[in-house]
Formats: sequence, C-alpha cells, structure tokens
Amino acid sequence: MKLSYYPGCSLHGTALDYDRSVQEVCGALGIELVEIPDWNCCGASSAHMTNHEIGMRLPLRNLLLAAELGHDVLVPCAACFQRLKAAERSLKEEPEYWDIEGYPEDLNIVHVSSLLAEDSVVNKIREQVQVRFDGLKLACYYGCLSLRHPKITGVINYEQPRTLEAIVESVGAQPVSWSHKTECCSGSLTMARPDIARRLVGDIVDAAKRAGADGMVTDCPMCQANVEGRQLDLASADYLPVFFGTELISAALNGHYPAKQKKVHLVDASVLDEVLNRAPQSREETL
Amino acid sequence: MSNTTISPQQGNKKFLQKLEDMGVDVQACYQCGRCSAGCPITEFFDLTTMEVVRLAAYGMEERLLESKAIWLCAACETCATRCPNDIDIAVLMDVLRELALRKGVTPAEPRIPTFHQCFLSSIEHWGRAFEVGLIAGYKMRSGDFTGDMKLGMKMFSKGKLSLRPHPIKGKAEIKKIFSGKGKEYER
Repeated sequence: MKLSYYPGCSLHGTALDYDRSVQEVCGALGIELVEIPDWNCCGASSAHMTNHEIGMRLPLRNLLLAAELGHDVLVPCAACFQRLKAAERSLKEEPEYWDIEGYPEDLNIVHVSSLLAEDSVVNKIREQVQVRFDGLKLACYYGCLSLRHPKITGVINYEQPRTLEAIVESVGAQPVSWSHKTECCSGSLTMARPDIARRLVGDIVDAAKRAGADGMVTDCPMCQANVEGRQLDLASADYLPVFFGTELISAALNGHYPAKQKKVHLVDASVLDEVLNRAPQSREETL
Repeated sequence: MSNTTISPQQGNKKFLQKLEDMGVDVQACYQCGRCSAGCPITEFFDLTTMEVVRLAAYGMEERLLESKAIWLCAACETCATRCPNDIDIAVLMDVLRELALRKGVTPAEPRIPTFHQCFLSSIEHWGRAFEVGLIAGYKMRSGDFTGDMKLGMKMFSKGKLSLRPHPIKGKAEIKKIFSGKGKEYER
C-alpha cells in the first residue's frame, strides 16, 4: 500500500516522536509513505476560528499538492485531519467559493487510527508483535478533532469510537471502559487560559484513574502534550503518561521500549517498561 | 455587558443573512439545552451556548461580539455534533469571532485572540508553525512573561521545541492566502 503523508507542524515540532513512530510502524506493516512536498500548516484551530477564507485556503493548498501525487493521504494529527476534511467538504459542496478545477473525487483523507484499526492491519500487527503488554490497562483518549463534526470527519461511532481500543488490543493491552474518551482537553486555549486547561485535564485524568487505567493512549499530538503538560500543575503527583497508539505498536513490534523514547514524556512513563519486563520475551513462549 | 434591548425586532438583518449564507439555521433551535450540557467550558462562559444560539436567532450581534463565550469556546464541536436540529453552532462561533475581529470589537478575553493572531503570523511568515517564535510573540503581545516558563523549559530540554523555523518554498502562495482577498469575504 502506498499513501501520501501529511505530518503537519506538531509532528515536526512538539511531537517529533509521533512522526518517528508513525513512519516506523507503517514501514514495518508494509505501508509506503510519500511525504507531500512543501506542505504548509493546515491553520489548525486558530485559522478557522478567526478567518474562514484563510482557514480554508491553507488546507486547500495541501489538498492540491496531494492531488498531484494521487494517493490517499495519511494524517496522524487530529487537528490537521479535521481541517483537511473540512476543506475537502467545502470544495465538494460549495465549489463556487474556491475556483478550483479538477480536484479528484476519489482521493481519501485517512486518519492514522482508522487505518491501523482496519481488520487486515490489526491482524498483521498481531502476527508481528515480539512482545505483548499483558495486564496493562489503558484509557483510550480521542479528544475532539478526529471525530467531530461527524459530517466533516465522516466518523460513524463518534460518541463511542473503537479504533484506539482495537490498536490497544492488538498489542495485548486492555482498554478500560471510561467516561471521558471524547471530552475536550482545551488544547486550543491551553496557552492563553491555562486555568481552564488544568480544570479539564484534571477531570479527564481523574476519570481515567477511576477506571483503573495505568496510562492513556491517544492519536492527537495536542491532547498528548496538553494532558501530560497540564498534569504537572495539578496537586496530585500521581501522573498518568499519555502514549501515542503508534508508540505502543512500535514498542510491541520491536520487543522493547527505548529509554530515549521514554524520556520524551513530560511525566514518568516507566509503566510500559515495567509491563515489558514481566512479559514473556518472545511471542513463541505465549503460544 | 451592553444595554442592548434583547428583542427580535431590534435584530441585525445583515447578521442573520450572513448566518443563513453560512448554512447556520439558528431559527431551528427549540432550546433543549444539549449544546450547553455537553460544553466542556460552560462553567467559564458568561453566556451559555444555548443563549448564544438564542441571541443569534434574535439577531443580537452586538451583544454576542462583546461576550467572553465566543473567545472561550475551544472549537471542540461537541455542541454542533449533539444538536438534534442540526444547527452548526461551531460555525456560528467561528462567524462571531471573525466578525468581532473585523469590526474591531474589544475582545472580552483579549489573550485568546492575541494567541490566535500570533499563531497565524507565524504561518504567514514561514508557511508552517514555528513554536518558539509563536511563544515569544505571544509573550510580548499579551504581557504574560512569566506563565509556563517551567513547562517551556521542560519541553525544550526534551527536544520538543526547535529554535529554528521550518520555512516552506511556497511562501509567496501563503502570502497570497493571507492577502485578504477571496470570495469568501463577501459571503
């Protein structure tokens, strides 16, 4: 399978490790990624929240670059995914505003978790894992933008999504049932109103702890940075690390969790190591 | 808060037309309150989400543009997703923020639009977000010099913040996008 790849600014900045794990996991699963040449920022929340024209034109430029390559586009960042999908929808439903001719009808924009949760991909992960995270309880945290608005994202199970659960199960860990899977962490406000972000992150982390989670898993780079970062401001030092789905898959496929990757987290992430150290070292032993 | 009389007779017709053109049918609201119930920020709002929709249906533009709610909204789209009448409240919030900026209304939460403007300047300049430049710009313009210094240093020490921007080749195309032209402005 060959896909165009739109990493977005976060994956070239605060979430460099997410970029690495996406590329590594796709490589291991036989998915070839071609980065869209000279891609620009999608505008994220700030553009569409304050200027509709700019909020649409920025992602449209990327769609036109992707159309030249012709493959479906893989997007790991939830915000980029939503902005590219919003631009695609507007281009199809109200083309009179954009004066763009010949955009392909059949070019799909794919969020990384929906790709990795496909049955065929999950089966491949299961076959290739070197080690399973047995006994690790994880709260799958989606946040907002890979799901909402469903008429933009095209997601069907937007209140009870299951893609991250499928990923967690594919590496042998146990997803917990919990209340804040799709609640907002206020990433777009975190710098200007840290007090609001602390409140929302506190509620989300408390809910994950109530459900017995050892950690959280997400596919949104803003959620990952915000939920880990804002926990540092909270009274309780009982922090929950937030892993990327691809970070878990990468560790399971390699059979170890690199110290370098563990150090990237803003809170202690040794829970993954601890589970790996007590797990059987090769898959054969579990068969 | 302004002393505007809240009444549909006093409503701004041009504003109502704009919402119609953007596909936001505020008249469809029957005040069930699902939007406010699901809003994660509602406790910080001065108007509940449902009140925003109701005021919009009355055409009370001025009252809305002066509110804190339009800036505190995080654009999570929970309200619009759960609206049983398919009112695109997320787009309504976008329209309100854009109008407030275009009309030069003093924002009730000034730091939030300052952040958005710093973020957009970064993109306008480089084509991609440059986080360190954006943070520095925001600190200068908001006057919030001390906030999150510890978090920033921690992120830097973990290699999460690059000191160099990543400019794209097509910067001229980006400048054109920011030039303030486009049919969208006439909608």
